[in-house]
Amino acid sequence: MQPIVQPGMQPVATTFFFYFLSGLTLLSGVFVVTRKNPVHSALALILGLLAQAGLYLMLYAPFVAGVQIILYAGGIMVLFLFVIMLVNIERSQKEEQFNKQWLVGFLAAVALGALFVLVYVKGKTLFPYRIAQPIENSNTQQIGVMLYGQYMFAFEIASLLLLVAIIGAVVMAKKRI
Amino acid sequence: MAPIGTLHYLVTAAALFILGVIGVLTRRNVVIILMSIELILNAVNLNLVAFSRLWGLHGQVFAIFVITDAAAEAAVGLGILIAFFRNKETVNVDEVDLLKW
Repeated sequence: MQPIVQPGMQPVATTFFFYFLSGLTLLSGVFVVTRKNPVHSALALILGLLAQAGLYLMLYAPFVAGVQIILYAGGIMVLFLFVIMLVNIERSQKEEQFNKQWLVGFLAAVALGALFVLVYVKGKTLFPYRIAQPIENSNTQQIGVMLYGQYMFAFEIASLLLLVAIIGAVVMAKKRI
Repeated sequence: MAPIGTLHYLVTAAALFILGVIGVLTRRNVVIILMSIELILNAVNLNLVAFSRLWGLHGQVFAIFVITDAAAEAAVGLGILIAFFRNKETVNVDEVDLLKW
């Protein structure tokens, strides 16, 4: 039942850190959904993204954790804060924050949650406690080899997607082309 | 206490996903709806990375692609938001009804 780890890399207090980080993630998620001021939501989301980067580290994924911090918490959230500063939030803060069909939406989300609970209770044995040899010292190298080898085509499509997104964002946001 | 297995991470990701769905379905502010979509994408990423511990590195590569998609989605979505705000002086989704008959 114990995870296979390399000698000298014994994880410390895994249980505590898991509950701490996932609790932080979920709490900041609650703050994102409930805060009235979008700036507070954005700051809570940054905290949640950082906590989730910690969870990735616990899952032996240091490269994804770094990408999460640099790209998500550093790049995308700056974009969000920039746009929040650009649009006028004074007026929208005085208005009703939740729409008219909030109860229906909430119930639909709860139904989805019940479905998740059902799946996880019924299919508990589908997720065995086994570790596929965590290769932490060459994780980044392995991901690079896969990105430029097996996933070359998907990588190129992703770059094309980013190009289209850049052009689309400029076309949308510019007043007069 | 039980050792932390894959199921723990999956339950955390499911809770995060549901929080994101609640945010998308109930809020009126477009900025917060976009942030809730980021929450949903992050829940998916957590699932992918948790499974990559079981089945090899493919999940982590896929998580990077999902982050790329999130960046593209945020850029285009916020561009649309700026265009919309310029026209109607509001950020509420209820008032996005230009195409409604």
